[in-house]
Amino acid sequence: MNINLTLIGQIITFVIFVWFCMKYVWPPISGALAEREKKISEGLNAADRAREELERAKAEAEQILRETREEASHIVEQARSRSNKMVEEARENARAEGQRMIDNAHSEIEQELQSAKAALRAQVSSLAVRGAERILESSVDEKQHADLLDKLTAEL
Amino acid sequence: MASGSYISHHLQNLVFGLSPEHGWSFAHTAEEAAAMGFWSINVDSMFWSILLGLVFLVLFRRVAKKADTGVPSGIQNVVEMAVEFASGIARDSFNGKNPLIAPLALTIFVWVLLMNSMEFLPMDLIPSIAGLLGIEHMKAVPTSDVNITFGLSISVFFLILFYSLKVKGIGGFAKELSFQPFNTPFLIPFNLVLELVNLIVKPVSLALRLFGNIFAGDVIFLLIAMLPFWIQWALGVPWAIFHLLIIPLQAFIFMMLTIVYLSQAHEHH
Repeated sequence: MNINLTLIGQIITFVIFVWFCMKYVWPPISGALAEREKKISEGLNAADRAREELERAKAEAEQILRETREEASHIVEQARSRSNKMVEEARENARAEGQRMIDNAHSEIEQELQSAKAALRAQVSSLAVRGAERILESSVDEKQHADLLDKLTAEL
Repeated sequence: MASGSYISHHLQNLVFGLSPEHGWSFAHTAEEAAAMGFWSINVDSMFWSILLGLVFLVLFRRVAKKADTGVPSGIQNVVEMAVEFASGIARDSFNGKNPLIAPLALTIFVWVLLMNSMEFLPMDLIPSIAGLLGIEHMKAVPTSDVNITFGLSISVFFLILFYSLKVKGIGGFAKELSFQPFNTPFLIPFNLVLELVNLIVKPVSLALRLFGNIFAGDVIFLLIAMLPFWIQWALGVPWAIFHLLIIPLQAFIFMMLTIVYLSQAHEHH
């Protein structure tokens, strides 16, 4: 239990050990720890940033999708209305054309009728004139008369 | 008396020194060791102290050499935990910046812990092996030797004086000793006595606290070892479990108080 040189020996040992620890043990380990801490915090930051980015991209994609969908439905709507209009127009055109053709046909028939009537009238009159001439030329006998009239009627 | 000699035999260091009768030799009895006086050395304490310190340094140095920022594993985890523990306490308890404090705290904690942990070995194991090798006395727990604990605490004391003088200057340090706790010129002698006692008590209490705890643990283990073998467990187990607490606690207290004392030494008033 007596104090002796061990005390001095321990002091020297202590000084050497602390010096060694401070010089060769502490800096590499604490440096590595600090480095790792930095790396981990950087990693966490990067993860956070990536998550934010993802969120933003997702929102953007959704926005684009919504706009596209709107546009598509708009286009479809437009197409539908235009096709309706076209069909309507075509129908209208067809109806007008038909009407016109019918009208044309009517007027043609009318014309045809008029010209036929005129021709007939002309023929009747010429026949009448010819008949009258014949009657005047030949003696008027009943029999001949009747023949003539028959011919006339047949001709009519 | 058999039990008395058993205890005193186990509490006797292996002392090498200049004996008045035999010249340079190992002391065979406590009286011979005492007769050698200051110029002798406790070979066993020194051996175990240096060996355990080297265990600490070699282990930590090996991890330090291949320390990287990757995922740590195995012994690297333990070492990094110890380093983070020491640096955390140094950061929390030490006001100011000094690159010495954290490595100092780490060295003290791990070294004292290892030295205290020698107590976990069976009382008779190392002395028996030493006996087979022809060595008469062998105390395997360095911290149950006052020389070792005072060696640590006096080193800390020198650091306290060094940093007090460096940070405050001679005038500042003298002023601190003279004008506390009573800030009046009339009470300078009184203050001086109080503060010097306060200063001297730091290393003494530091050393004696560690020594007392570990030495007492040793003695109680020795007493338990003298019980009949079939009842030893009844006291041995609780005492060993208690020491699971005491051993790291004393290492922690030594480290913590060292940091606190050095922090006080760095404080300006």
